[in-house]
Amino acid sequence: MGLDDHRTREKRWKGMDRLDQRSRPSRTVLVALLLAAATVITLDYRGGPDSPLEPAREVAGEVLGPVEATTAAIIRPVAALPDYFRTRAGLREEVHALEAENARLRRAVDTADLDRNRLAEYDGLSRAAVDHGYALVPARVIAIGPRQSFSHTVTIDAGTRAGVHPDMTVLNNDGLVGRVIRSTRSTATVLLLLDQESVVGGRLGSSMEIGFLRGRGDLGEAGQLDLDLVDDRVVANQGDVVTTWGSEGGAPYVSGIPIGRVTAVSSTPRETSRRAVIQPFVDFTALDLVGVAVDRDAVSDRTLVTAGGGRR
Amino acid sequence: MSLVRGVAALAMVTLAVVLQVSFFPHVAWQGIVPNLALLVVVGAALVRGPEFAASLGFLAGLAIDLAPPADHIAGRWALALVVVGYLAGRVRQDTRPTAVTVVATVAACSFVGTSVFALSGLLLRDPVVSVPGVLEVIVVAVVWDVLLTPFVLPPVMTLFRRLQPARVAW
Repeated sequence: MGLDDHRTREKRWKGMDRLDQRSRPSRTVLVALLLAAATVITLDYRGGPDSPLEPAREVAGEVLGPVEATTAAIIRPVAALPDYFRTRAGLREEVHALEAENARLRRAVDTADLDRNRLAEYDGLSRAAVDHGYALVPARVIAIGPRQSFSHTVTIDAGTRAGVHPDMTVLNNDGLVGRVIRSTRSTATVLLLLDQESVVGGRLGSSMEIGFLRGRGDLGEAGQLDLDLVDDRVVANQGDVVTTWGSEGGAPYVSGIPIGRVTAVSSTPRETSRRAVIQPFVDFTALDLVGVAVDRDAVSDRTLVTAGGGRR
Repeated sequence: MSLVRGVAALAMVTLAVVLQVSFFPHVAWQGIVPNLALLVVVGAALVRGPEFAASLGFLAGLAIDLAPPADHIAGRWALALVVVGYLAGRVRQDTRPTAVTVVATVAACSFVGTSVFALSGLLLRDPVVSVPGVLEVIVVAVVWDVLLTPFVLPPVMTLFRRLQPARVAW
């Protein structure tokens, strides 16, 4: 009798043990995974540009790039659906606005001829004009990095097969977009101007003074750039246009691409240089068609757009 | 069968990561998109428990870290989603979770996940971000994730339940 009693109690204890084990998950898995994540972070952090994770990124890009391109191609018509539901009044208003803008631009063009001819004469005199001709590889944005990752990067559907390599300038109709930082065979990753790690050399249109533009890391209305002028005696005027002053050999930035307009100027006694706030011309929330500046005789699997609107 | 389960889980994660970068930017608010991979990991945790979810979280995080156009230090999302998978797995009871439990878990996990990612960024200075900016992003991200919960979590949880190995009743 006593033996039986003992046995049942023991059984119950065993059962309780199992219950306990079930409700408390093993810590080993968690610790192992946390350590694995920490290892990956350390490897990539210490490695810098030639980190051991770079091949893994490349493989992920080769595999997921085409998937992203296909998804983007499927989704593009769906995302354009709201356009079909615009009212006539809205469209008419837009036509009016565009007509007004057209008239303004036509007036500007009328005087541009004169300016261009005078400039050509000056260039001919000084023989300083070197033609840094480049062609554009057309590409579409297929993926945009989430803001939760706190960096501003996009993927475009042109890669090394189209002649796109790291440290090439990316622009669109409105102006400078950014530069290529990584490329796979069919896709490339572009670091946008807005990113906090992006630094571009810029030149003020009115005074030809140079400075450095840094991204603020914000999108939309607040997506502005800070311009630090090298010469602290120079004052940037509101409305001045900033263009790239270009890097040696056109990498990573070719020269003369419009970047944005000065919207505010400030200076503090603590800083040695004056600071200007630039509103970029490009609308980074609606990026779609872009061009990558490549050599005029670059090898590409698609039609290149050359200066003057020609195609090759 | 376990191979099929693994492949299905990985396919779900890949789909989530791809949609996150190529579809949701069209509807994003100030560039902030719902974190679909996080929702999949939470779904897995509520059905399968912490070990499975933490492992899936690690893979999903690595996918976000390595898939273009990511440029941050790799492993940061992996770390965040391991934590998320483990925490969400601790919520699981043996009864089916109610709708309120699911939504609360998603909100808490979204907050924790984005915060862990942002904190790792602050520690590594990659990139340098301001704390108010981070808070705004975290709050909007939580709202997005909660809004998408009714559409994403039920199918994900059903799928994981279907894929679950038959459990011995006890």
